[in-house]
Parts: sequence; C-alpha cells; structure tokens
Amino acid sequence: MKRAVFPNRLLPYLLVLPQIAVTGVFFFWPALESVRLSVFRTSPFGDKSFFVGLENFRKLLTSSEYYSSIVNSFLFAFGVTAIGLGAGLLVAALATQKIRGLAAYRTAVLWPYGIAPPIAGIIFLFIFHPSYGALPYWLSFVTSYEFNWLLKGWVAMALVIVATAWTHVGYNIAFFLAGLLAIPASVLEAASVDGAGAIRRFRSIIFPLLSPITFYLLVVNLIFSFFGSFGVIHAVTQGGPGRATEIMVFKVYNDGLIGLNLGSSAAQSVLLMLVVIALTAIQFRFVEKRVTYS
Amino acid sequence: MKRWACAVAVVAAALVVGPTESLAKTEISFWHAMGGQLGDTVNELVKQFNHSQAEYEVKALNKGTYPEVLTGAIAAYRQKNPPHIVQMFDVGTQTMLLSGAIHPIFQLMKEQEIAINWGDFIKPVTGYYSKDGNLYSMPFNSSSPILYYNKDAFKKAGLPDKPPATWKEVGEFSKKIIAAGGAKCGFTTSWPSWTMLENTFPWHDQPFATNQNGYTGLDTKLLINGEFGVKHIGQLAAWQKEGVYSYGGRMGQPDPKFINGDCAMLIQSSAVIGGFKKSLKFEWATGQLPHWGAPYKKQNTIVGGGTLWVMKGHKGADDKGVAQFMRFIAEPHQQMWWSVTTGYVPVTQTAIKNLEAGYHFKKNPEQWTALSQLSAKPTPNSLGHRLGNFVQIREAIEGELENVFAGKKTAKEGLDAAVAKGNDILKEFAAASAQ
Repeated sequence: MKRAVFPNRLLPYLLVLPQIAVTGVFFFWPALESVRLSVFRTSPFGDKSFFVGLENFRKLLTSSEYYSSIVNSFLFAFGVTAIGLGAGLLVAALATQKIRGLAAYRTAVLWPYGIAPPIAGIIFLFIFHPSYGALPYWLSFVTSYEFNWLLKGWVAMALVIVATAWTHVGYNIAFFLAGLLAIPASVLEAASVDGAGAIRRFRSIIFPLLSPITFYLLVVNLIFSFFGSFGVIHAVTQGGPGRATEIMVFKVYNDGLIGLNLGSSAAQSVLLMLVVIALTAIQFRFVEKRVTYS
Repeated sequence: MKRWACAVAVVAAALVVGPTESLAKTEISFWHAMGGQLGDTVNELVKQFNHSQAEYEVKALNKGTYPEVLTGAIAAYRQKNPPHIVQMFDVGTQTMLLSGAIHPIFQLMKEQEIAINWGDFIKPVTGYYSKDGNLYSMPFNSSSPILYYNKDAFKKAGLPDKPPATWKEVGEFSKKIIAAGGAKCGFTTSWPSWTMLENTFPWHDQPFATNQNGYTGLDTKLLINGEFGVKHIGQLAAWQKEGVYSYGGRMGQPDPKFINGDCAMLIQSSAVIGGFKKSLKFEWATGQLPHWGAPYKKQNTIVGGGTLWVMKGHKGADDKGVAQFMRFIAEPHQQMWWSVTTGYVPVTQTAIKNLEAGYHFKKNPEQWTALSQLSAKPTPNSLGHRLGNFVQIREAIEGELENVFAGKKTAKEGLDAAVAKGNDILKEFAAASAQ
C-alpha cells in the first residue's frame, strides 16, 4: 500500500477529527456509560443508585436464562447469516443472467432492504399468525402439523430467522451483484474453453474472486444479527414463547427498558460487546488469511 | 412503527386542537397508552375539557404500550422534562409509588383546594391505588376480566343462552360446541397472567403473594405454585392438549381467535366491550370470570387498566391546570360517558347510581358484568397486588405458562420456576428501592 505524505503534521489529525468525534460521542461515550451502569444497582427512575461491584455480572453468569439467550443468539446469528448469504448469492447469480427486464429485476431484489425491520415483522406477523395468517393454515393443511409459534419454540425461531434474513438479503444481493459483475468475462470464457462446467467455474474462479466480499458480508451479517436485529423479534414474538426467541440484544432491551433493571441490562450489553469484539477478532485472525484480495 | 404512531398522534392532536387556538394557553401534557377506539375516546374527552375552559390546553399523546409510556416518562423525567400527567397501568403502581417522581393526587387536590369526595370511589379501585388511606393517582380506566361468549356457537351446540358459571361448565360447554361444529376451540384467554392468575387468585380468595400480596412489606414472595395454582393451570394445560383451550399468546393477541369465530369463548378485560360492539359480526354476551365453586369462596376480582399519575418537576402554576383536568375526569358526567363508550367500569358510586337510574345496566348487561365482580368487600387476598418490577414478573410467569401449555413442563414445574424467577425479581426490586 502507498503511504500518503502530508506536508503539515497537524492536517491529517484535523481531517480525521470529525470521524473521531462522531465515534467518540455516539459509540465510546455510551459504551463507557454502559460499563459504569453495569456496576451499579439503579432504581427505575434513577433516583437511587449504588455501587454493587460485579454483582450484576455474577447474577447473569449464574442464571440459566442468560445462557439460553446466548445459545439463542448464536443460533439466530448463524441462521440469519447462512440464509442471508446463501439466498443473497443465489439471487445475485440469477440477476447476472441475460434475461429480459433485467434492470427491473435488479431493482426489485433490493427492495426488502428498504423496508424497516418492524414493518417487515408486521408483514410476517400477518402472513404467519397462527390465528389469522394464511401460511400456517396452508402448511398445516398440507403437512397436518400445527405451525403454532405461539407455543412451539423452534417454529418461532425459524420464523424470526427467515424474516430477519429477508429484511437484510437486499444488502447482500447488492454486494454480491457488484462482485459478480466485476469478474472479467474473459476469465470465465477462457475457463469455458478449457472445458470447465458451471460448477467448476463457480468453485475455481467466481468463489475465490468473491471471497473478499463474502468475508465482508459474513462479518457484517453476523454483527448485524447479534447487535442490530431487534425489530423483527420485537414485532413478532417479543422473545417468546417461553424465551425461545430471546436473543441477547433483545434481553438487553427487555430487561432494561421494559423491566427497568438498568444494572443488569448494562452488564448484558457489556458482555454482548465482548462477544462481538471476540467474534470480529477471530474472524479477522483466522478467516481473513484465507481470503484473496485482488 | 412506534415513531409513526407517535407522529400520527401528534398530527391528530394538532388537528383536534385546530390552528385557531391562541398560544396564550398553558399546555398540560398527558401521555397515555390508549390506542384504537380507546384512543379516539381519550382524544374526545380531552377535547371536551379544552373547550370547557380557556386557560389550559391539555395535549394528549399516545406513547405506545403502557411499558413504553413508563419508559418514556422515566427518560423524560431524568432529562428534567417530564409530562404533567402519565397514564400508568395497574402493575406499574409500586414502581410509581416508590419513584419519588410523583405528586400524589390527594395532595395536589388539597393544595389546589379542590374538594373531591374520595369516599365516592369504589373500594376495589381505592384499595389498589391508595397508600395509607390516600389515593396517589387518579382512577381513570379500570376494568376487570370477564368471559365473552359467542351466542351463535352456543346455539349450534344446543346450549342454553347463558354463560358457563364454573370452570367445570367451561369444559363441558366447550366439548359440546366443538363436537357440534360450533367452533374449533372452546375458549382462549387474553393477558394470560392477569386473567388466569392475578385475577383468578383473588376471585377465589387465594393469596397471590406474601405480605398481603405485597401491601405490607417489600420482602414479598409469590405464592402461585400452591395447590390451587397447580390445579387451575394443570387443568388449562390438559384442556390445551385436548383442544378445548387454545393458548393464543400474550396481551390482546388471542382476541382474533374469538373475533373470527375459531374459539367460542374468550376471557379478556371488560375494556374491549366498546370495540367488540363495533366489530363483532355475531351475537355475543358476557358472563363473570369462571369460578371453581366449592370449597373456594367467591370473592372479588381486581381492577386492571390504568390511573393518571401527576409527575413532579413542573412550574407550580401548571398544577392548577392539572388539578382542573383531574377534577373534570372525576365528574360523574365524564365518568359515565367514558364508561359507556369503552367498557371500563365507572369508578364512583355516583356514576354507578346515575347509570342504574337510567336503566343503563338493564339495557347493557355486559357493562354490569365486571362491576358485579367488584362488588364484594375485598379481603387481604383480593385488595390488589403491590409488587415491584411487576412487568418483569408477569413476563416470567407468562414465559413459564407457555412452557406448561406447550407440554414442556408440568403445571407444578412451570409454576415453581415462575415463582423462583419472580422472587429473584422481587428481591432485586427490594434491594434497589430500600436503600
């Protein structure tokens, strides 16, 4: 990489200052505030607050509910990421075919990303509701199994995973599409001439060339699932039935803003922060080595 | 979506107020959790008040669900900009009482020299919201859970046109209706913890928690995993398996099962009467919350719904406007109109007497059902519940009920787990409040 040389020693700092300031105010300050809150026990209105050390953490780490929310988080994050990336790549590949009305299709496949997660949640709620949704009715009709996610935990989990992946798939498609279009046609043609079939071309040429984008999307999808995927669960299952869809970030919200247990909520967000930091570090350390850039 | 709702509410409020109002009026902000038909009724009430005098302008704002109203009010209070009036539900009572952020209503009225006959309010209401014999918040929307039944489904099964009085009858009627093709399921229950435990316990004069359901101390423990609780929830779980009972989720989520005719009966707050009158496409009527009969005594149910709390942190001059609005709300005329329009019970003796004099309850028997459950003199078991962090406790209970109804746990195991979690939450609240 080329090193940029600035004539003035202060200028580079000045140039990054706005970004540092934004990061500081909107990321580091709240994060430090969470760390501070996590060692206090605070009454709902914040009028009484006293230092409890690591008590909030001890309580969390000895509660089975917290462990189940961790398991749910990983299930959810890997589910959303796998479906989101798989479907994204598939649709992007289809959108590179030479078909009539391609521009219209390409625009249309990006639409889900423009829908706010709570709205997506409401849409899925209407489609899947055990009382008035169409899909459980048809599914039960065909399979004679009752898809009642109000009581069946795994159905509820599958539902929120699919719905969340759907809201995010447009983003993945956009990146995959850009990546696919950047692959020179001449390389693929050369491979065809050498007798490589579609699968072989994908495995040996397309996939390696897509790996930087895939890696980027993997990280973004996982972090999004851990941290940001809140709207759908809030709109559809509220963490139920019996905590089956209570992922860590939802529990942070629920215990803090609904339960008004601010200390525990802050402690959970600190732990969640650690999980995401660890996850990102692992990904960059092990996965990135196998990614081919340029 | 919530932001949307807020925006819509703001616009709606602006339209209601109209552009010609002068700016000299003192604004009184009023945050509430009433949506749909109930929200329209609140707006109408506020409009009437604003037109009744020239000094104050009450701005009603729907801030979402009750927990969202509470969270919003707390955030606003901590930023030193709280709304004047906050509508809070029954289970938020303890949190509000101990918050140090409220101006008790009895005190406000005394300061403003507005005479209110506090003795006129019905006992189950004053019992729930009073401390040391004084009302701390203004009773507004009080309801109790009742049974709704689909007359067409009953007719189809050859049942007489009367609601089941006992749980035994609920089971029998349900089976007959399902067999006759009157409905797919017998009954469903909205607000599962509130209807099936919080009300069913006092209705049978059973203690819900120690310390007289939390009234006499903070070191309270839940008592719902005793013989009575296990019997009741165990029966529901058995009925769920047979299809007699159909669990439909939390809050008002199960309502559609009744509205679309899937279930022949629904146990839900009396507050939905107004909405049902407009929307139900079949003949329906109401009955009291079912009872298990002997050896249990029939006591009273408790009130749910909300009251209006006055928040601290305003100019003293605003107090007068707040007090005037509160007096307006408590007047028999408004009481009666609110109750008749919504299905919430009238909360003063005067309002009830006036309605009786006009044969209102004879003509609208469904509006008498909830009141009839509230008429007995409350015992320590049936005065109400005063539990800290009740929202979280309710959630712990409902999560475990779902495990029981899904067949993952027995009634005893589920209720034991709910009690263990609930007691943890109570301990945490006591520790945070008692410093």
